[in-house]
Amino acid sequence: MSGSSQNGNEDGRTEGTSEADLSERRSRLNRMLEGQRAAEDAERKSRNGKPSGYAQAMKLSSEFIAGIVVGCGMGWVCDHWLGTSPFGLIVFLLIGFAAGVLNVLRAAGEVAHPETRMGRGDANKDGSE
Amino acid sequence: MANDPIHQFHIQKLFPIEVGGMDFSFTNSSLFMVLTVAAASAFLILSTSGRGLVPNRVQSLSEMAYEFVAGMLRSSAGTEGMRFFPLVFSLFMFVLVANLFGMFPYFFTVTSHIIVTFALAMLVILTVTIYGLVRHGLKFFHLFAPAGVPPVLLLIVAPIEVVSFLSRPVSLSVRLFANMLAGHITLKVFAGFVVSMGAAGIAGAAGAILPLGMTVALTALEFLVAFLQAYVFTILTCMYLNDALHPSH
Repeated sequence: MSGSSQNGNEDGRTEGTSEADLSERRSRLNRMLEGQRAAEDAERKSRNGKPSGYAQAMKLSSEFIAGIVVGCGMGWVCDHWLGTSPFGLIVFLLIGFAAGVLNVLRAAGEVAHPETRMGRGDANKDGSE
Repeated sequence: MANDPIHQFHIQKLFPIEVGGMDFSFTNSSLFMVLTVAAASAFLILSTSGRGLVPNRVQSLSEMAYEFVAGMLRSSAGTEGMRFFPLVFSLFMFVLVANLFGMFPYFFTVTSHIIVTFALAMLVILTVTIYGLVRHGLKFFHLFAPAGVPPVLLLIVAPIEVVSFLSRPVSLSVRLFANMLAGHITLKVFAGFVVSMGAAGIAGAAGAILPLGMTVALTALEFLVAFLQAYVFTILTCMYLNDALHPSH
């Protein structure tokens, strides 16, 4: 008890202002904490927003290649089963190419993901009903 | 061939098993998968066995892993997505521990084989498809027919969306596999430079400092990639699960 009052004396100089002093100090601390939190948030956002070039290259190329590979595979299987060689491969390769471009645009955030687009359509519908 | 950068990915049969003409051998890959599961389970079980209200260091580490995955799943698939938490958390821990195991010298990197990552991705995508079909029935196929597209264009758009959907497991698995494979090969090649330059006399040994520094830097980068790829795999899983939960109106 006596120790704490002594501390108050040392920090607040006089006993009369210690209350106002404490609240002032608390608000200053709150301001500092808020500023720090905002800075941390901004840093986290910038880090999430801009992945490293290597990671982005890996992401986009794998998206594009996956589209073409799947299109190719579907075309080959279609030709193999239906005997439509080589038209299945041609058609599905083109579709796969388009899907690959779509994947890349989606991964880069240029085109909305199907789920968000659905969500928007949903909201519109709800609004009209 | 100590210097062969591909040698580390060779599959060796530890216990040859053959059932009905099919090869079920227990390989070094299987061994490290078992070790991965054992290490992840042991870590989680032992670290949470204390059940302290105020966690100690190890317990707070596993609580952090839990909170991390739970937050990721909740933010991308909503509270409804939490029913998939066991699956997502297991996937995250498996990929993370397997990637980190690969950083030990002489250890086998399970995730550097495309068949392993492809199996994981197929598990995810089959869960998404089957759950979506069971829950939404035929409405699940609205995923392939975006709202507001003219019927004529659907002939072109629907196949593209289908191929785009089917390419998800491929890109998911290729990304993880390619990152781990490329990272380990690069590491091995630079480490090989150190050895072959060091054997080339005084000047070579002095020059070997450069690839040595590169190896150290790459090791740090590989630890980052190991964590990052586990994170990417999990966040994409969460996004695909979101598709299954809310495919359409």
